[in-house]
Amino acid sequence: MSTVNETAEPASKVELNQSGDGAGAVESFDIILKVRRYVPETSEESYWDEWKLTMYGTDRVLDALHKVKWEHDGSLTFRRSCAHGICGSDAMRINGRNRLACKTLLKDLDLSKPITVEAIKGLPVEKDLIVDMEPFFQSYREIMPFLVTSGHEPTRERYQSQKDREIYDDTTKCILCAACTSSCPVFWTDGQYFGPAAIVNAHRFIFDSRDEAGDMRLEILNDKEGVWRCRTTFNCSEACPRGIQVTKAIAEVKQAILARSF
Amino acid sequence: MSTAAETTIAAPRSTRVDAKYTRDKGKKGNFEMFAWLFMRVSGVILVVLVFGHLFSNLMLGEGIHGVDFGFVAGKWADPIWMFWDLVMLWLAMLHGANGVRTIINDYAQRDGVRFWLSMILYVATAAIIILGTLVIFTFEPCMVDATGQLLSGTPAFCAG
Repeated sequence: MSTVNETAEPASKVELNQSGDGAGAVESFDIILKVRRYVPETSEESYWDEWKLTMYGTDRVLDALHKVKWEHDGSLTFRRSCAHGICGSDAMRINGRNRLACKTLLKDLDLSKPITVEAIKGLPVEKDLIVDMEPFFQSYREIMPFLVTSGHEPTRERYQSQKDREIYDDTTKCILCAACTSSCPVFWTDGQYFGPAAIVNAHRFIFDSRDEAGDMRLEILNDKEGVWRCRTTFNCSEACPRGIQVTKAIAEVKQAILARSF
Repeated sequence: MSTAAETTIAAPRSTRVDAKYTRDKGKKGNFEMFAWLFMRVSGVILVVLVFGHLFSNLMLGEGIHGVDFGFVAGKWADPIWMFWDLVMLWLAMLHGANGVRTIINDYAQRDGVRFWLSMILYVATAAIIILGTLVIFTFEPCMVDATGQLLSGTPAFCAG
């Protein structure tokens, strides 16, 4: 056997920055994370807690919260499930704007100032960053977020043209994180307001050609606390982590109610 | 070993929702829809009425220097301007009142405060609409003093 001079295969085929500490060429920076804490067992008042952390360019706000919980203060309480922007568990108020902690990169924030993290507004806070979502889901359930049909069930799927599907495509993206509803100034002062999320999910069925209860949903939302409460401040559209044009959807429901009445 | 006190678990909080999130039942009807629609329609009409009003008062003729008692009296001798100002008065007052009603509903947190603010608003609106309407319809351009002489500044057509 003749062994040819063969160079050993490198550990990584990607060129890594040799001087790095394992994180490759990813930049690292110090941040100050300020979290609004609320611990009902010890105090009725909320207070700000802050930590100085060394984080990396690939880290998100959720990673910073994890670092605090796992390495500094295990009592910090927040919800998160998938950590990849689809379960809708970790909506919170980051630097005064409703965002998913798992979709907000630290490097996109202003790191010269402390990063503030608070629970979303308008819903009762249970502890730290966890709010009671029940009022939110109560409104969601009221608009009947399920397909309603009559007659015999078809033996195969219910057909829908691509064009008909396109009409409500935007509102199918909702993950029920409550970022929109809890960014709405009307909802902050009036908890009875259905809120953008419920209207978005009603929109998803009202404009579905296969659904037959659109009229009922329009009647539900033609309420004092329904779509007419919307002041088109666009906070919800700005807050939506899924990029849903929430205010546009609400306007379409308003138009549908008007079209039904005249 | 855990003591009895430690094993007492608080009742689950699920489905217990604060009363402030529970919608008032009963009120059916399209009032809010019509209010919303009225704001849009009256807004468009008011743009025309208000700018027409400003143009005729400030741009035509002598402009702002021509605006006096006689000028107003002359305008209200014309049924078209009477109608114009009447519509403008009603639409502007209802449009503004509905806007303030909305703001009260948005910002008043307590029911009592909301009720009384709304009442003040409705009474004030009604008073101004009634008084304004009364003035437009019962306006007397040719005012005389105690001796029967026309007051100064009355329009020229009074002398005739």
